[in-house]
Amino acid sequence: MSSTVEAPPGGPLRRRERRNAYWLKDRLSGYVFIAPQFIGFLIFLGIPIVLVFWYSLFDWNILRGTAPFVGFDNYTRMAQDPLAWQVLRNTFAFSLGLVPLNLGLALLLAVLVDQKLPGTTVFRTLFFAPVVVSLVAWAVVWEFLLQADGGINSFLSLIGADGPNWLRSTTWAMPSLVVVQVFKNVGLNMILFLAALQGVPSEIQEAARVDGAGPFQIFRRITLPMIAPMVMLVSIITVIGSFQVFATIAVMTGGGPGNSTNVLVYYVYQQAFRRFEAGYASTGAVLLFVIVMILTVIQWKLRKRWVFHEQS
Amino acid sequence: MVAASEARRRLNWARAALYLVIVLLLVPFVFPLWWMVTSSLKTAAEVFAFPPVLWPTDPQWSNFARVFELQPFALQYFNSVYIAVLVTAGVLLISSMAGYAFARVRFPGASVLFLVLLGGLLVPREVIIIPLFQMMNQAGWIDTHVPLVLIPMFGAQSVFGTFLMRQFFLGLPKELEEAGRVDGLGRFGIFFRIAMPLATPALAALTIITFLQTWDMFLEPLVFLSTPERFTLPLALTQFADAYGGPIWNVQLAATTLMTFPVLLVFVLAQRQFIQGIAQTGLKG
Repeated sequence: MSSTVEAPPGGPLRRRERRNAYWLKDRLSGYVFIAPQFIGFLIFLGIPIVLVFWYSLFDWNILRGTAPFVGFDNYTRMAQDPLAWQVLRNTFAFSLGLVPLNLGLALLLAVLVDQKLPGTTVFRTLFFAPVVVSLVAWAVVWEFLLQADGGINSFLSLIGADGPNWLRSTTWAMPSLVVVQVFKNVGLNMILFLAALQGVPSEIQEAARVDGAGPFQIFRRITLPMIAPMVMLVSIITVIGSFQVFATIAVMTGGGPGNSTNVLVYYVYQQAFRRFEAGYASTGAVLLFVIVMILTVIQWKLRKRWVFHEQS
Repeated sequence: MVAASEARRRLNWARAALYLVIVLLLVPFVFPLWWMVTSSLKTAAEVFAFPPVLWPTDPQWSNFARVFELQPFALQYFNSVYIAVLVTAGVLLISSMAGYAFARVRFPGASVLFLVLLGGLLVPREVIIIPLFQMMNQAGWIDTHVPLVLIPMFGAQSVFGTFLMRQFFLGLPKELEEAGRVDGLGRFGIFFRIAMPLATPALAALTIITFLQTWDMFLEPLVFLSTPERFTLPLALTQFADAYGGPIWNVQLAATTLMTFPVLLVFVLAQRQFIQGIAQTGLKG
């Protein structure tokens, strides 16, 4: 029993005072509860974001140890840097390849494991398994599979096909990375779509069937519109996630061959920690930050416009 | 009668076709793991043999011993485990406290502070790695595990956790806590004695996702660490090379198997918790 409870109640005034004291203390406790998170957030996320803008205004080379203030020179330099443009094109090419493939395959897999068939739980588990495998481990295994004389090509030879040296080819390296990344993460989107599919009332589909609609028509006209909010949400996550391919690229190609798989996240690392151009690399980081922000805003607007029957 | 059996036969065909499609689609998900395990047991000659060797004739268990000879692998394993455990424990505490306060305690500025936190989730880690490196350098923490613990514990992972725990506590009936208040418990008492025990499902999901994400961390170890004895597993996996810098695939894949196998085992044993937990938290970005 704490002292506040033991104390005999005074008049109504005393009681209100005590209540006010309780709520004041309660408010304070709110700040105490969020303090570790918020202070930590400021140190490890908030301040670094501000700093990266600041760094981008300096010609800071880590090896030389000099950092003269140069204003927006790094930005004009980047605008004239053909490599930066190539990296930007690669970044968007990667996303444009990954997002439709990932969403399409996720939807297909979700529909397949949603069928009332024996064994679908096992299939679901197997499709999901790569999600829990470490990305670096997954990339190492696929790097091995995609060697010139690796597993993929020797199986292709068995059926008489001649595979390229996937990761050393400027044509094939990028598509290979897209595919590897899709197989790694598509299981997650499959599960999210599956949850949405199972939320569609079967009566509606049944009614359409009675009215003579075929399975594809039912899927297109009824199921798909009903899971539209989830599709939108998943595509937002997937688009933003499509920029986070650092480990895959660092392990499998190192941005090569000839920078054909060098994307923004890798470029920032490369400029800062391989070329030691920390100021110029910060400019790339700012660019990455701005792109992600713009995409988020665009998608948020689209989500409001396209998804009418969203429940929240 | 005839029509019914005709329909059944057609259904069976449809089923068989469906199974075939699923099995074909499974290949790129399952085969790499099979290839990883079997190749880790092959001789150097079998690794790139043609026709491909599906199961090594004489499993080379010595490849696994070589992993520990080429790298301080046991130590690296320990590093990865202890960092992931430490980060997970920290995130559970930090995120559930903050998430609880944002869901339950009414204090001025709460919604603005929460929005500011959420904004942090959109920031790719590569954006802030340069300032973080500089900060850690000034603190003298380069080539230590301090950045690998602090950055996820307070950065994106705990912010995500705060978001998740807030969602959970918003859905928890308030009446349960009222009882505690009547009994004279303050906020801390209510949080630790009532809210936290009820949050077990959300905490389990957060544990899984935080552990896996820390376990997978690659950019930070790559940037901050230089001594092999301090490496974590993802970084260690990329270090297997012979004297000429060429890859030693079978040994590297043995190391990869050692890193992957325990996680896959836990996943298979607790797949429902994994799938639900990660799907629920799948909006991790």
